[in-house]
Amino acid sequence: MSLLQGIGFLIGGFVVAAVIGMFAHWFDRKITARVQWRVGPPFFQPLYDFVKLLAKEVVVPEGGSRFLFLAAPLFGLASVTVVSALMLRTVIFPGETFVGDLIVVIYLLTIPSQAVILGAFASANPLASLGGSREMKLILSYELPFLLVILVPVIKAGATIKMGSIIEYQATSGAAIGSLSGVIAFVIGLLCMQAKLAKVPFDAPEAETEIMAGAYIEYSGAALGLFKLTQWMMMFAVPFFLMMLFIGAVNWQQSWLNVVFAVLIYIGILLFITLVRNTNPRLRIDQIMKFFWAKMTPLAILAVILAFLGL
Amino acid sequence: MATKSKTQIIPIGPYHPLQEEPEFFKLHVEGEKVVKLEIELGYNHRGIEKLAEGLTYDQIPFLVERICGICSSSHPFASVNAMEDIADVDVPLRAKYIRTFIGELERIHSHLLWLGLAGHFLGYNTVWMWAWKQREPVLDLFELITGNRNHYAMFKPGGVRRDVADEDIPTAMRLLESLEKPVMMFTKIALQDPVLQARLKNVGVLTKEDCVELGALGPTSRASGVPWDVRHDHPYAAYGMVDWDVIVTQNGDVFDKAVVRLLETFESVKICVQCLEKLREVKDGIDAELKEIPPGEGVGHHEAPRGEVFHYARSDGTNRPIRYKVRAPSFMNVPTNHRAVVGYTVSDATITLAAIDPCYCCTERMLVVDANSGKQVMGWKDLLRLSQEKTHRLMEKYNSRMDRIWT
Repeated sequence: MSLLQGIGFLIGGFVVAAVIGMFAHWFDRKITARVQWRVGPPFFQPLYDFVKLLAKEVVVPEGGSRFLFLAAPLFGLASVTVVSALMLRTVIFPGETFVGDLIVVIYLLTIPSQAVILGAFASANPLASLGGSREMKLILSYELPFLLVILVPVIKAGATIKMGSIIEYQATSGAAIGSLSGVIAFVIGLLCMQAKLAKVPFDAPEAETEIMAGAYIEYSGAALGLFKLTQWMMMFAVPFFLMMLFIGAVNWQQSWLNVVFAVLIYIGILLFITLVRNTNPRLRIDQIMKFFWAKMTPLAILAVILAFLGL
Repeated sequence: MATKSKTQIIPIGPYHPLQEEPEFFKLHVEGEKVVKLEIELGYNHRGIEKLAEGLTYDQIPFLVERICGICSSSHPFASVNAMEDIADVDVPLRAKYIRTFIGELERIHSHLLWLGLAGHFLGYNTVWMWAWKQREPVLDLFELITGNRNHYAMFKPGGVRRDVADEDIPTAMRLLESLEKPVMMFTKIALQDPVLQARLKNVGVLTKEDCVELGALGPTSRASGVPWDVRHDHPYAAYGMVDWDVIVTQNGDVFDKAVVRLLETFESVKICVQCLEKLREVKDGIDAELKEIPPGEGVGHHEAPRGEVFHYARSDGTNRPIRYKVRAPSFMNVPTNHRAVVGYTVSDATITLAAIDPCYCCTERMLVVDANSGKQVMGWKDLLRLSQEKTHRLMEKYNSRMDRIWT
């Protein structure tokens, strides 16, 4: 792969993730509004919000670390861009990926959360640091079941840590979700995704009525805009990652109906996120930890064992 | 260094998305756990009591109505009770039923409002929007009967200002019936949703002893097993003539406070329906034509949605009171936070602070106290003198302009 091709994929990944992410954000807000007897925002509202934020003044809090404060949103945005580019390339050329790209994607997917923590602690604000510490606990909670969940398709595909191989395996011998262990793992994966995206009931790090958006409290202008954009792009990246691992490639070469099918699945996942967040109150951070460690992790281990047994 | 405190202060207020009014809670936290709470009020003082002394008895219900937008019939209710206590006048039965009807309608809308806010504080915005949507018919009913969605201006010493027309009664009945289904749905959600229970049960517990000691009122005390309700203990208006129950639960946590409010809504609907039935038969006028208030003093109570509101008036025989005193329920309920919030986490604190359904604009007092000795530095007279001095300073400063305005 030439350098030019790489840059092309990066830009493509960014644009695709940003556009789909903005759509996902609009979809989330619109469905939420309809559930709550409201009208909801116009289609281009996320774009308006983002452009407007870019033009606003960035206020850096006194006493905070200026470099970290401004760099944190960039870390998050950069990593989610790379993830999107990697996944897009995998889907288009499943045969050309490198060994261990799965590890890279898992690693990069946690960086936006870590960027939030960095930004929070660079803000020199007690509410932000509370939000940062909650985000840290949230990562600790969902990361273990999330890794176990990813193990299931890895085992199914013959212990490969190459995303391309997982996709190719599923193209020939059926999707990972078509088995018992796959179903269990996928459901847990959806819940971990809810936590990764910090949506209710797992939005303790932001909790606007408790700690006033927590980590984001001191952010304004373009820095806040980049954080928001990262969040929206994560609404593309994480569901897409799960779809790749459990449902497999979009066989667009075979029939264009497969593309429609994939889009419908993606919208279904978005609908799941939105409905869960609208039918639950926010959990306390200790309850979130208990939920993931005491309930989801054993279930995920069960799924892994089932996958070993070939179920 | 070993004894260095690890506590940090989490401020809630003076302007905070949690509550719509200016108030300030300093949560001293260790990690997420609240170890101490400081309450600072006083951002909203308006001198209502002093203003009342400058108004006639006919004007005072309008003034006290504006103490709070949510309990905007509770204060006039207690106020006219106090005036009628001085005058020792018999209010017509029809006026009593109308008063009771308005008072209970207000409880319905206030409890639904609280339910929505509680949902919002828990991050459950769907409950917020739904509860407020279901509250709309109540406000429509208010508008139909009184002409206003809020600040109904229904109460006057000796009666009520507007009659309930017979042709409005069927509509009112229909609107009240339409409430039952959504409120039942909310009650079921509250009683059955495991996630909601995880957040609310055994959180912000206020024991019976604490309630008695701190004098907590209304749903706050009734959720802790203290069956205080002025409507029942000291019936006024038509409360002694209709059939209803005092809702009491025992646990004192936020969950029980929500349950008390939800079940009270059903009782209020029951009372409203009975009042409307009676209004079809009882036609003895709506005004006792109270012409003057004799010298003396009077006390008025009303069980507002948040607890007992208390008004006191002293008359010297003129058309204005020489002393007027208001005590809103939040004044008693806000200090219970010292017991209910400490020991729980920051996440619990937000819903617990809101669980007493606080109303700060009703509560504000002003007094200057020396923080070290605890002695009162400035009392009523000093504050009055200060404000007069300030007016004089202003007059000097804008002398020419003031003269022009006043002459």
